[in-house]
Amino acid sequence: MPITHPNLRLTRLDGAIPVWLGEINPDDLPSICQNVQDGGGRLVALWGSDARELAGKSFALHVALVNEAGLICLSLALDAVQPVYPDISRIFPAASRMQRAAYDLLGIYAHEGHDHRKWVRHAAWHGGSFPLRKDFDAAQSRSPLSNSLPLAGERTNEKGNLEFSDEPDAYPFVQVEGQGVHEIPVGPVHAGTIEPGHFRFSVVGEKVLRLEERFGYTHKGIEKRFESLTLQQGVKLAGRVSGDSTVAYAWAYAMAAESIAAVTPPDRALWLRALFLERERIANHLGDLGYLGNDVALSFGFAQFWILKEQVLRNNAALFGHRYLMDKIIPGGVAVDLAEPGMQTLRDECAMLEHEARLLRGIYEEHAGVQDRFIGAGRVEPKLAAQLGLCGLAGRASAQAWDARVQFPCAPYDRLDVQMATYRNGDVAARVIVRFDELFESLRLQREILANLMQGAELARPIGKLPGNGFGIGMVEGWRGEVLVAIHTDAQGNLTRVHPHDPSWQNWPVLEHAVLGNIVPDFPLINKSFNLSYSGQDL
Amino acid sequence: MYQLIKQIIQTGIKTEAAPQPDETMRVEPQRLQQEILRVFGNALNIRHVDAGSCNACELEIHAVNNAYYNIEGLGIKFVASPRHADLLLVTGPVSRHMETALKRTYDATPEPKLVVAIGDCACDGGIFSSNGACGTGESYASCGRVANVIPVDVAVSGCPPTPTAILQGILTAISAQKKGASASPDFLKSSCPQIAQD
Repeated sequence: MPITHPNLRLTRLDGAIPVWLGEINPDDLPSICQNVQDGGGRLVALWGSDARELAGKSFALHVALVNEAGLICLSLALDAVQPVYPDISRIFPAASRMQRAAYDLLGIYAHEGHDHRKWVRHAAWHGGSFPLRKDFDAAQSRSPLSNSLPLAGERTNEKGNLEFSDEPDAYPFVQVEGQGVHEIPVGPVHAGTIEPGHFRFSVVGEKVLRLEERFGYTHKGIEKRFESLTLQQGVKLAGRVSGDSTVAYAWAYAMAAESIAAVTPPDRALWLRALFLERERIANHLGDLGYLGNDVALSFGFAQFWILKEQVLRNNAALFGHRYLMDKIIPGGVAVDLAEPGMQTLRDECAMLEHEARLLRGIYEEHAGVQDRFIGAGRVEPKLAAQLGLCGLAGRASAQAWDARVQFPCAPYDRLDVQMATYRNGDVAARVIVRFDELFESLRLQREILANLMQGAELARPIGKLPGNGFGIGMVEGWRGEVLVAIHTDAQGNLTRVHPHDPSWQNWPVLEHAVLGNIVPDFPLINKSFNLSYSGQDL
Repeated sequence: MYQLIKQIIQTGIKTEAAPQPDETMRVEPQRLQQEILRVFGNALNIRHVDAGSCNACELEIHAVNNAYYNIEGLGIKFVASPRHADLLLVTGPVSRHMETALKRTYDATPEPKLVVAIGDCACDGGIFSSNGACGTGESYASCGRVANVIPVDVAVSGCPPTPTAILQGILTAISAQKKGASASPDFLKSSCPQIAQD
């Protein structure tokens, strides 16, 4: 048993990674969370579901925790009229935004939570309606509260459709006061080619006193959309939660579905999945290492690393049919095979990347200007990282030794002996070192995979439809951190609730701390060293 | 420094030939005069706006800047403000939360201006809406395709479109329209009513 608690009975779930399920009373949630935290565990995800259509059921809250034994998924039944649960953001600060999002989307709320501001909701629907409730009516729920008649400020266009007014989307940012303090609002449309979000800097001179993030701009109703998709369509959507992590999401989704259906994909498919995941990690690390050079005025770094990345992407397109490997993982297996000539291409690519990246690492490390900007910028001390639950590569650069490939190695990682890259300094330089180390480790893994790729003609054991009232969970160590997908099915086996969770949920709040005391011009560099997803957390 | 210069020399020039414009990507007939196009063609400034994409299209827009496609070598560069821009490169289904920001960015861009919609979602709302195939792609959270919010000159499909296709879309927007060429790809000709979904 991963944890012991007098009121907790856990059952082991079948699947590729160790997962335990437990139904608990809401009152026991804080003490169980405290128990997990005391044992060095963390919060992974928090989401709600609406099961009011089922007899005797109502809303439910689901909390996924992780400790060294595996994932612990707690479910709490909530009241249909007053769906309240105890706040856990005091134990896991990362829970705060997840709790706020759960209210915006489902109308379940944390009792005595310290922050009740909206999070993912802006003006697309009004505060009294909740998109993830089964009785949500989009037409009736537009903000401002509209019935069949347009309100003042709204107008109809020439096609007779209702248009939205520019309703001010007020959000109470925390104000910093004092002599010489001023605010710099940035976004949602940024100066570079990045996703939309708002950053509110409070600064004195150039020094950042406070950064507050405001997201939700890319909320496009992904979780609601899952409800109307079949299992097979759903994997495509999962692969588009955050495009840069498409392999990780598709694998996590497939893992959750395979857990419910009790299907194990063919060995060859699992090895190919690992190959795809490592190639995704290689491509993203190459791209970000290039941009990190660019952000400290070494455009040479961008030019060089993006030549390497382009070659990886072109090989992906030539061998697997998609530059980012979208839609190549399907529930039950994979959709594409690799033949011998392709394996030789990849072996050659590995040798080339290894040589070039080592050379470039030498240039980065010996470049005084680059190191001057990298070292000490955006530092997150290990203690703070542990307290806030920093995860993924940023966590490993602050001594948070978590890597699902190492701790919970599903096939084929159980035979690959992944070496985790960790570092203690927690600054931009440390995150660069972790990226280089992981890049070389992924190249080694790719060579191992190519050498040991299981033979077999079978690429997938197709899953037609999932069993009714099922629940499955999948977790994959993507390049950014752990990606989790949970699937709930209804009595007929349709998708009734799918929750994709991005590691950016945990890491965005830490960025607010990482920039404190740094100068504003270093923000793009610090931000890029984390490179978090907006789409993945806005959903 | 020696290593750095040696690496630059050894790398050599990777840039490939730019693609030709593709008239099938054009949505609106070319509105700009030959003279303006000639000026644009020599120095075009682009402002990218992510109106709600999954960030895959952004990866390919980054790639357009790499040494193989070398968009800056064609006199085209990305700028930090819509006020400096001649062309908006818009990705994603337009989320309702980005509708105002996109409109304001469009308004802030000086005339004459062009809009290129990048990716399947920008063309028809994509996978994020249940009426994407119908052409407008709305939901409670999404305004659907970019053309639902601001006028679009050229639309580039693909999930995500390749850097070559993106480059082709941009070059089409700043090229003179060939006589007799269709100004609207079939998938945008649909006249479905706009229905709120979900």
